[in-house]
Amino acid sequence: MKTFLKSLVAVFLLALPMAAQAGNITVKGSDTMVILGQRWAEDYMKKTPATKVQVTGGGSGTGLAALQNGTTDIAMSSREMKDAEGEKLRTRYNTTGVEIAVAKDGVTFYVNGSNPVNSLTMEQLRDIYLGDITNWKDVGGPDAPIVVYSRENSSGTYVFVKDNVLNGEDYTSTAQTLPGTAAVVNAVAKEKNGIGYGGAAYAKGIKELKVKKGNEEIAPTAENIKNGKYPLSRDLYFYLRNKPSGEVKAFIDFALSPEGQAIVTKVGYFPVK
Amino acid sequence: MDRQVVMEQGLTETLAVPRLSAAARRRQLREKVIAGIVTLVAFTGIAALVLIIVFVAKEALALFLEPEARHEASLSKMFLPQVVRQGKPPAFVWQPVSNVPKVSMIPLFIGTLKTTVVSMLVAVPVGVFGALYAAEFAPRRLRELLKPVIELLAGIPSVVLGFFALMVMATVLQDTFGLHTRLNALVAGIGLALAIVPVIFTVAEDSLTAVPRSYREASLALGATPWETAWKVVLPAAAPGILAACVLGFGRAIGETMIILMASGNAAIVSASLGDSVRSLSATIAAEMGEVVVGSPHYSILFFIGVQLFLFTFVLNMLASAWTKKVIKRLTGSAS
Repeated sequence: MKTFLKSLVAVFLLALPMAAQAGNITVKGSDTMVILGQRWAEDYMKKTPATKVQVTGGGSGTGLAALQNGTTDIAMSSREMKDAEGEKLRTRYNTTGVEIAVAKDGVTFYVNGSNPVNSLTMEQLRDIYLGDITNWKDVGGPDAPIVVYSRENSSGTYVFVKDNVLNGEDYTSTAQTLPGTAAVVNAVAKEKNGIGYGGAAYAKGIKELKVKKGNEEIAPTAENIKNGKYPLSRDLYFYLRNKPSGEVKAFIDFALSPEGQAIVTKVGYFPVK
Repeated sequence: MDRQVVMEQGLTETLAVPRLSAAARRRQLREKVIAGIVTLVAFTGIAALVLIIVFVAKEALALFLEPEARHEASLSKMFLPQVVRQGKPPAFVWQPVSNVPKVSMIPLFIGTLKTTVVSMLVAVPVGVFGALYAAEFAPRRLRELLKPVIELLAGIPSVVLGFFALMVMATVLQDTFGLHTRLNALVAGIGLALAIVPVIFTVAEDSLTAVPRSYREASLALGATPWETAWKVVLPAAAPGILAACVLGFGRAIGETMIILMASGNAAIVSASLGDSVRSLSATIAAEMGEVVVGSPHYSILFFIGVQLFLFTFVLNMLASAWTKKVIKRLTGSAS
């Protein structure tokens, strides 16, 4: 009992200074950006060991909520901040928030490797996800029902596809929602008639669909995303409460530097500059 | 051990010697402090529980108090069919992130019902018959092996079970039954059963072993076979315990999140088919709590779902304990 109490006290004494320590940057938000954020943090901490950068995921919404609650310095988001969220920041901190685009990402649609369909038009994608097209034969594939996979509505990718592919309408209610792009990729790889979507960075072991525009089929390649030809690319953002200063500014400058942008390419996204 | 001896010595000393020595007084003080700490811990636990209920209820209450939330998620919108797309008949749709949020609870109820029913249909027979075998028929050494092994199964984290259901069971079941979707109520329900079987088995086995030997001996002496003894004498005598086992399993099934989140596909579909993907109440909370704008109607709805889950299990436990009492009364009444 005594030793237990002693160790308890010791733990508290140890934990206190850690919580109060200065030189910490917390970064929280989009699951799409977690790996990228962690690479930035690792390399940045190697250069400036005095600063600790802590990166956690949870979803874009989680990160922006944490920004409003004051529990994070930087929120990572794979979508733009919503009006309601901006309103919260204004009432609490009297700022409109600062938005910094730090990388670019292409949303890719995948099908199973055995599916003969190679490309779909935006309209076809829209009809599939609205539930108006339910059989592959309507889009040039075999006579088989389409199994639609989507992301959880806590995901920035979900919102991006809803806004840019579905024009803001609702997904079909038969769309199965999975936690994380990796889960979608895995499901489509196992489901012969499946279709799913996610960040280009995750796409491995399945077939990426090209987007048909007129007679042209546009693949989600680095070049097409960078020059904006691929219709489904998006910016990835850092959100802050106020104009960055001190250590936070140094970290963001690092992320936007040529060195930081080289990390973006290495992780599988595309540089903003 | 040593401490117990010391404490007993302390007691006899206080009884024997009216004037306390300094050491004895210190011991007494220590006793009081320890008793205080234990009481404090007990009440902290209760206070935490009460506070959690108050917090969840408070967040859910906003749904009925704030005009914006009342407009967006009135009771009729939650429980009656709504027109979701123009030119289509009214339907039950769960689509909370939308220009016009649709917040029908019905698909979620159906989802929870489907997975729970499937899991209970699998887990109750397996758990109870397993327990019956272990308690009545298994050789002693096998029983001593069987019990810890099944109890070990209870220690597998649900995320591992969910992963197993997602990767292995889903493929096997799809190939066997030719199901249209890989992830569905059947996969989630059977995955859930893996988590519940050990719960039901353990409690049922305990209550079966607790049936007095004299019952069995009397039954066998009257010429009943071992099977007749087990089925008609021991099982009814252990009925309250077995019922408790099923209720515990049911409570776990309703609240279990991770397995369903991973293996059910999470599409909020209203249908009777077990081959369709489902979205359960608990998985909805887990999946959507990460995104919601704090204080928004959607946020309150998720807490409201939490309150409903709490009420279900609460009412179920009340009913079960009332029924158990009745069964015990009937059994003991007829016995004496």
